[in-house]
Amino acid sequence: MMTAQADYRSETEKQEYRYLPRLLRLIIAPVPLFAIQPVLHKIVHQIAQKRPELFDRIGPHKDKLFLIDPVNLPFAFALRPNPDRLSFRAYRRRNVPQVEARIAGTFLTLLDMVDGQLDGDALFFTRELVVEGDTEAVVCLRNAIDDIEGSIAEDTANLFGFAGRNALKVLRKVRNHGRKH
Amino acid sequence: MAENTEPVGELVCPAGTPASLRTAVDAGADAVYCGFQNATNARNFPGLNFTLPEMKKAVAYAHEHGTKVLLAANTFPPAGKIQLWKDAVDSAVRMGIDAIIVADIGVAGYIKKNHPDQRIHLSVQAGAPSVEAIKYYCEEFGVRRVVLPRILTIPEIKSLKKDIPCEIECFIFGNHGLMAEGRCSLTNYVTGLSTNMDGVCSPAGDVKYEEDAQRNLTTKLGAFTIDCFSCTQNPGYPTICKGRYRAPHRPDGYYAFEEPISLNLARLLPELIKAGVHAFKIEGRQRSRAYVREVVSSWRKAIDDVMAGQDVELAHLLSLTEGHKQTQGAYETKRWR
Repeated sequence: MMTAQADYRSETEKQEYRYLPRLLRLIIAPVPLFAIQPVLHKIVHQIAQKRPELFDRIGPHKDKLFLIDPVNLPFAFALRPNPDRLSFRAYRRRNVPQVEARIAGTFLTLLDMVDGQLDGDALFFTRELVVEGDTEAVVCLRNAIDDIEGSIAEDTANLFGFAGRNALKVLRKVRNHGRKH
Repeated sequence: MAENTEPVGELVCPAGTPASLRTAVDAGADAVYCGFQNATNARNFPGLNFTLPEMKKAVAYAHEHGTKVLLAANTFPPAGKIQLWKDAVDSAVRMGIDAIIVADIGVAGYIKKNHPDQRIHLSVQAGAPSVEAIKYYCEEFGVRRVVLPRILTIPEIKSLKKDIPCEIECFIFGNHGLMAEGRCSLTNYVTGLSTNMDGVCSPAGDVKYEEDAQRNLTTKLGAFTIDCFSCTQNPGYPTICKGRYRAPHRPDGYYAFEEPISLNLARLLPELIKAGVHAFKIEGRQRSRAYVREVVSSWRKAIDDVMAGQDVELAHLLSLTEGHKQTQGAYETKRWR
């Protein structure tokens, strides 16, 4: 087991801070966790229902706890990808649980990876992605998510209707802008 | 003497998952190579590769779009344990796989004897760089194409082509870990697992990344530290052959085997075609569909442009490469380091 490490600030992150709308951070920061957990529960169960093949590829690592750590957001997320006891919960950084593996990057970097728009190895080569703990479990999760056709981000956005789709559109615009500058 | 049964300029692309295969097909691959979820292929990584039903669907999808599927069954069965490879071959033949890529003479012999019409390609893992070696595989097993080891210059390839009775496939892009292809035992030495028999180079279960508060990154394989990177340095794959080591004559640490660098032969494409290279292979079954989409579509355009007489560069792919450095390797000169 490992404990999450301290945050870091890469050039990409600093750039992303510049471009990520402050409004988003201002909205998210004070939100109590108890209000976020049901949303996360809904997101992960919806994905599990729609994409059951995801779990076959995770195989022996489905009972492990992964910390998905968007370093420029106020929360980190702990994921246990076992379809029989699926959990996806947000934690303030001072309270993150012990996990087997941690995957960290800026919010939009992680979003683009899940979205199939960025290559995990290339992000690792540029230090935009940090992997700690059980490397085999991380590789397995990465390959499982990458095999999902379409976009998990779009599936999630669709859960929230018009507002969700527009939010994703804005985030993608911000990301594209950030990548060009 | 050379046999050419297909148009020159075939683009052969990697697929580690069904989604990557469909991405490669959609991006313009002429052929896609992939493997089953076991030790029969040299990219036997966790969460990667195809189950039998996935492979069947993938072959159907590729064939509907006019793309060939090549099965990588290119590891070496340990003595007395060949059944897994026989099963892989039998399944692939039933599914209508276009060619099976093999390295081991036992597997090649099994295909020739039991599936004489099945097309066989000789894997780079066979490490066959000479006329004599290649002719042996062609004459004994009916090999129709050889994937050349990345140790030959273009004049050497041209000379070879005149005297061998099969097509030539060359790597043109991706990981540049030469060693003695098909003979490397570094992973075996460190982890007990064999790249050539278990299909795992640097198994992820033995890899550890450790980053300190200053963002210095240490990569380890088993009990061995492979490399340390400061916060401004770009790491490479955690393989022994790309590590930096101290030696009595190099106390500061140096790349003893290879450097974290990627092959990019965009500028040499016209010469490779003139030398008689039939098919161009992109490395990277372990990479994501984002990589496959970008790299395959770029090379599709590059090959089409070269066939139309235009120059190509493909410098924009540098951002996807290991070490963010590229080389033309031995294709340009034997002294590539």
